[in-house]
Amino acid sequence: MNRVVITGLGVVTPLGNTAAELSAALKAGRSAIAPITLIANPDLGAKVGAEVKGFDPLAYFPENKLSLLDRCSQMALVAARDAVKQSGLDFKGSGLGLRSACVIGTGVGGMTTLDNCFEQLYAKGSKRVHPFTIPKMMINAPGAHITMEHGIQGPSFAVASACASANHAMGVAFHMMRSGTIQAAVTGGAECVFTYGTLKGWEALRVMAPDTCRPFSKDRKGMVLGEGAAMFVLEERGAAQARGAEILGEIIGFGMTSDASDIVLPSADGAGRAIAGCLEDARIRPDAVQYVNAHGTGTAANDSTETKALHAVFGDHARKLMVSSTKSMHGHALGGAGAIELAATITALREGFIPPTANYNEPDPQCDLDYVPNEARDVQADIAISNSFAFGGHNAVIAVRR
Amino acid sequence: MAGLESDVIEIIAKQVNRDPATVKREDRLADLDIQSLDVAEIIFAIEEKFDIEVPYNANDTNAAGINFDTVGDVVDGIAKLVAKKK
Repeated sequence: MNRVVITGLGVVTPLGNTAAELSAALKAGRSAIAPITLIANPDLGAKVGAEVKGFDPLAYFPENKLSLLDRCSQMALVAARDAVKQSGLDFKGSGLGLRSACVIGTGVGGMTTLDNCFEQLYAKGSKRVHPFTIPKMMINAPGAHITMEHGIQGPSFAVASACASANHAMGVAFHMMRSGTIQAAVTGGAECVFTYGTLKGWEALRVMAPDTCRPFSKDRKGMVLGEGAAMFVLEERGAAQARGAEILGEIIGFGMTSDASDIVLPSADGAGRAIAGCLEDARIRPDAVQYVNAHGTGTAANDSTETKALHAVFGDHARKLMVSSTKSMHGHALGGAGAIELAATITALREGFIPPTANYNEPDPQCDLDYVPNEARDVQADIAISNSFAFGGHNAVIAVRR
Repeated sequence: MAGLESDVIEIIAKQVNRDPATVKREDRLADLDIQSLDVAEIIFAIEEKFDIEVPYNANDTNAAGINFDTVGDVVDGIAKLVAKKK
């Protein structure tokens, strides 16, 4: 079995549009949650979100290409561009592209395009929409554009499992790498949630926080949406070492399960089996894990259920784990969340700190672990896991080593 | 009030597939097997019916100022919101 390392990372997130900016914000415990500005509609019930700032598509794409690129594809492309550049791999020139994959997770893909199209038709009475509406909105578009830009000619597809999409995508790419099916991969996730229709849909579920996201805190009032993308270049460890590439971290395990119980309510059993499966896949003992980047949405149900699952899998060691939800800072980017959180996890291991759970106010008897409240910790962890548990009962957990 | 009460009871009964005549004010929502998603759907139906906003949050059930314990609690809470609208 091949060992799989990360040699490139690119991010477009509410905490910054470079890996360095993301790292600085995580260290400072800075939350990007603020009043929503992308949608000027006073009718919004949830008025806060974590938006990507300073993202000017014209800085990255010629104007005539933008008619094909939804905001979600734009962010995916920019993040992938940075990841590939950092890796130094040339997919086009070396024939490597033929043996490389692109697997991208997203919950809904080009929702901005779809929302605008429907507004044209239903609200503005237009009789036609833009000719690229379909190729722009389709859920596989972000990945397709990445293959075209970099000449990746092996397997490429989108993975959709709501809030677990990115973890599933990266996990599948990891397993393809480990088995030797492919030689390199660009993988990650992207989501752009700030459309009027999307926000009204989330509002209707009655799970959104009115003020901010306070994962694991007793006074938590729900989730806050975020947007963004994070992309990784995966390579076989020996190949990366042979060409002198900088290794940012190693993916060592991936576990996935289904609750098969409820469409929205989480299950400690399903989550626990995914975590345990991930540790088994990584061939590590539970007490080898030091840091957990939690799913931690800030809902009453998720945070207590996730805590229960961690107790079940880690036993006495659960008390020694450092568990944080970086969603408190970058919001919940749904299908892109796992990728942004893996970026945060890899950064933490590499730079020797543990990102905090921001906005944490008070302990909850249902959430009784060390959530690294409010301040990053100077601790060098070697092994971490990153959890994603989705609507639909899809659970996906990734383990990484520095 | 009688009309509002029967309207709310009808909405609740429909959600759990029961005859409204069998749903009483003192019935607890939990005993009617009403889950949190059901509450979201019940409130949606109530908002549409009475053209009001019910500020319900599943994570902070006191946010709406309504006790979602019994059918009567819901009826009284909605009556207050409807009165406030007038």
